[in-house]
Amino acid sequence: MCKILLFSFLLISVRGIAQTKVSGKVIDNKKSPLAGVSIALKDSYDGATTDSLGNYSFTSTEKGEQIITATSTGYKPFEEKINISGVPISLTIELKESITELRAVVISAGTFEASDAKRATALNPIDIVTTASANGDITSALKTIPGTQQIGEQDGLFVRGGTADETKYYIDGSLVNNFYYSTEPGQATRGRFNPFLFKGTIFSSGGYSALYGQALSSVLLLQSIDLPDKTSADFGISYLGANAGIQKLSKNKKSSWGVTYAYTNLSLVYGLIRQQFDYFKVPVVQEADANYRIKTSSTGMLKYYGYFSTTNVGYKRQDIDSLMLKDAFGLRNFNMYHNLSWKEYLGKGWKVNVGASYSTNKDSIRNELQNQDNEKQEINDDPLYAYKNFNLTNKGQYINTKLVFEKNIKNLSSIRLGGENNNTTQSATYHQYDGISYPEKIKENIVAAFGEADVYLSNNIAARVGVRAEHSKLLDKSDIAPRLSFAYKFHDKSQASVAYGIFYQDPNNNYLPSINALHFQKATHYIAQYQKITSQRTFRTELYYKKYADLIKTTNANNETFKAIDNSGFGDAKGIEFFWRDKKTIKNLDYWISYSYIDTRRDFLNYPSKMEPSFVARHTASLVVKKFVTPIKTQFNASYTFATGRPYYNIVYDFSQNKYNLLDQGRTKNYNNLSLSVNYLPSIGKVNAKSFSVIVLSVTNVLGFNNIYNYNYSVDGQNKLPVTPASKRFFYLGYFVSFGIDRTQDDINNHL
Amino acid sequence: MKKTVLMAVLLCAAAFAYAQSEKYESAMKANIAQLDSLMTKGNFDELANNFIRIGDAEKTQWLPYYYAAYCYASEGLSEQDNSKKDAIADKANAQITKAEAILGKENSETDVIKAMIATIQMTVDPQSRYMTYGALISDNIQKSESLDPTNPRPVLFEAQSKFFTPEQYGGGKDAAKVLFDKAKTLFDNFKPESDVSPNWGKTSLEYFLSQYK
Repeated sequence: MCKILLFSFLLISVRGIAQTKVSGKVIDNKKSPLAGVSIALKDSYDGATTDSLGNYSFTSTEKGEQIITATSTGYKPFEEKINISGVPISLTIELKESITELRAVVISAGTFEASDAKRATALNPIDIVTTASANGDITSALKTIPGTQQIGEQDGLFVRGGTADETKYYIDGSLVNNFYYSTEPGQATRGRFNPFLFKGTIFSSGGYSALYGQALSSVLLLQSIDLPDKTSADFGISYLGANAGIQKLSKNKKSSWGVTYAYTNLSLVYGLIRQQFDYFKVPVVQEADANYRIKTSSTGMLKYYGYFSTTNVGYKRQDIDSLMLKDAFGLRNFNMYHNLSWKEYLGKGWKVNVGASYSTNKDSIRNELQNQDNEKQEINDDPLYAYKNFNLTNKGQYINTKLVFEKNIKNLSSIRLGGENNNTTQSATYHQYDGISYPEKIKENIVAAFGEADVYLSNNIAARVGVRAEHSKLLDKSDIAPRLSFAYKFHDKSQASVAYGIFYQDPNNNYLPSINALHFQKATHYIAQYQKITSQRTFRTELYYKKYADLIKTTNANNETFKAIDNSGFGDAKGIEFFWRDKKTIKNLDYWISYSYIDTRRDFLNYPSKMEPSFVARHTASLVVKKFVTPIKTQFNASYTFATGRPYYNIVYDFSQNKYNLLDQGRTKNYNNLSLSVNYLPSIGKVNAKSFSVIVLSVTNVLGFNNIYNYNYSVDGQNKLPVTPASKRFFYLGYFVSFGIDRTQDDINNHL
Repeated sequence: MKKTVLMAVLLCAAAFAYAQSEKYESAMKANIAQLDSLMTKGNFDELANNFIRIGDAEKTQWLPYYYAAYCYASEGLSEQDNSKKDAIADKANAQITKAEAILGKENSETDVIKAMIATIQMTVDPQSRYMTYGALISDNIQKSESLDPTNPRPVLFEAQSKFFTPEQYGGGKDAAKVLFDKAKTLFDNFKPESDVSPNWGKTSLEYFLSQYK
């Protein structure tokens, strides 16, 4: 019995010895040979890998109907039935390309991305903190890339002829109001948020997605980090203040929490560096934040971030209308911001993103006219001086909710649908010199619905089509904003893209309530871009045209100051920008160069006619250099920025004619700034170091250029005073230490 | 009689199974023999594909996928073009994930491969990726060493990393020598579980040790 079975087994083996040759070629849809393709007979060991000419050949001992497969990364798997009978088989296989994130064209017109995405990006998250002129401020770092202006007298990003108001900020999809610290007039301050909170930064200088709105020029999208890699404690001290924090990762690595506290006091700085103003209350800022992040499932993530801060500052300066008098300005600010977001995959290709943010901001401002002995002066019979004694309280409360559903259709193609609700309550109380107060309250609620589709026709062609509908309760108006982008990738991996879009924005609350009924302001963007990004080099150029319509105009009629009257303003901006980054040509040296040219005119607010805005320089250029010197464990960063002079105007309201007149104008001299920073990392190389420290020294405006941002005029127009930086140079020296996380390899591997 | 038939069937089944496993072992051995020449010849894809075919046919063996992952990891570590590294790391990851799925757990050997993959991914952009991938590398090496303290490969991997790290950063030839010596002792005493179990690394260890002569 067993003999029979054994015999039949032998038979099987003997039969198996008969071999069949299978050979052929693998090509792509352009008939080019494909190398490295794996050919296999399913469920057997038999198969081969194509050579550089796409040829394959193998022999098989299998019999009968078999399935031959061909697989290669980036191509759709191929399967076909073949019959193996001892006769040699020749089979040419054509593989179809699959659309993958690594290969596909990127819809990039108008967008700069700094993230750890697998495909190459122009910037990475570390760039934000290692740009010399930035001093760890996100928006200052962005001022070294094209499209942004070098404005030092106001907060914010001025993008492609737009005002700072025209840029909006989002954290994890939720709107952030009061992104910057409150400060004295005439000085730009930093953004409130620590760059280490974010893993990705997307800066759009135009043509952005339908998921965002109410920004005529630009959006800055920040994505917060998920769970930290390890538990750590951080401590920092500088001559500006101190900070401490802890991040705790749970044992199962599914949740984390963290708190930080920072205290900033500029007494020492102002003692060492001469300031242009006399501070009777040197700026003191106290900040605390807290976060909690938890994986709600294997794919879901819930994140909370909360932030609280108080600022207190007071200074005196020469009154512009009288040499004998001084203005004493005091500001107290309280700000808090809470952000809650949740994302989860719902199955069947659906994904949901829910975000909500709540914030409040309170500024208490007090201005007093004083004589040289710092005594309060009440000159109530002269309106020129009487109004210089006042108190102003500004309160804002902002609630933003957002819901986005995303469905992955096929390959990279997807659709996004959702809605957003933006609720704003702003109240201001102005206490005039004689005790009369003028309370005002503005309430606005904007509801938006949006839909967007990304369509990838192949790895080389993609389009994004979107539309956004918005309704403003305050204006009682609705609008519909279409958005469209198109991208094409060439054979050499460079790509061209174009974008078009209409963008609407509410009038700024500062000019409300208005005299007449208003509607949305409008901007239309046309952008064309060419870029080539490799891991070592980036070249990018953009050409744009932007048309403004329905901008608000203001009036001083009937003793109103700067109240919106109508939407008769308009304007346009056109320009060309270049960006070049190179990590390759000079070994261990990384640099980038940006250049922007802009030609823009607008008639808005109090402008008597269509004019070149005072916040725009025609030419702006930046050079940013980074170099790590291994033997001394030190990173050197330098940045140089140049901008041509900007126009300045003395615009005065003529009550007899009921219109604004331009009484004087000029152009500031060119702006120059060379900044250096040095980061010394002494812990590098200490094996299994339990702590990691960094010493940072930075100097802004090393060469001491006397930069002038603008001019202020006295009421009679006889006196004009330059608006300059608070101090000519600025130094920063700080020591930071982190326990638990060893960041050493970070810099080591950077130059290996 | 019934018993005899049953015996016969069992015997023949065993013989068949034996033939099958012999086929598996000989195919594996033939491919494993090529591993050492892998770095010099550079035909990573071909060898990886050979292993994947064996794995796909066998369905219950983790080693073919393990070796396929090792081929890709070696390819990634020798790749100079940063823009190609992520795709190679993805391929290696896919294979080691399959190996661990069949094993039902990670082991000392798969952790070494995962440390190699994380190294490839980190070197694409060390400054911004260190926080994530640097932690992955050290975690996997630590896990590998604790899961099997007799395994020389995590020690060899660490030694090689040290060898290429400048002295002022805690690396250097002297620091690496201690680990190479430790790896040598471990290699001398290492007994692979079977003829096809992981046993690579001696050749590169010898190369590095020859650098000290």
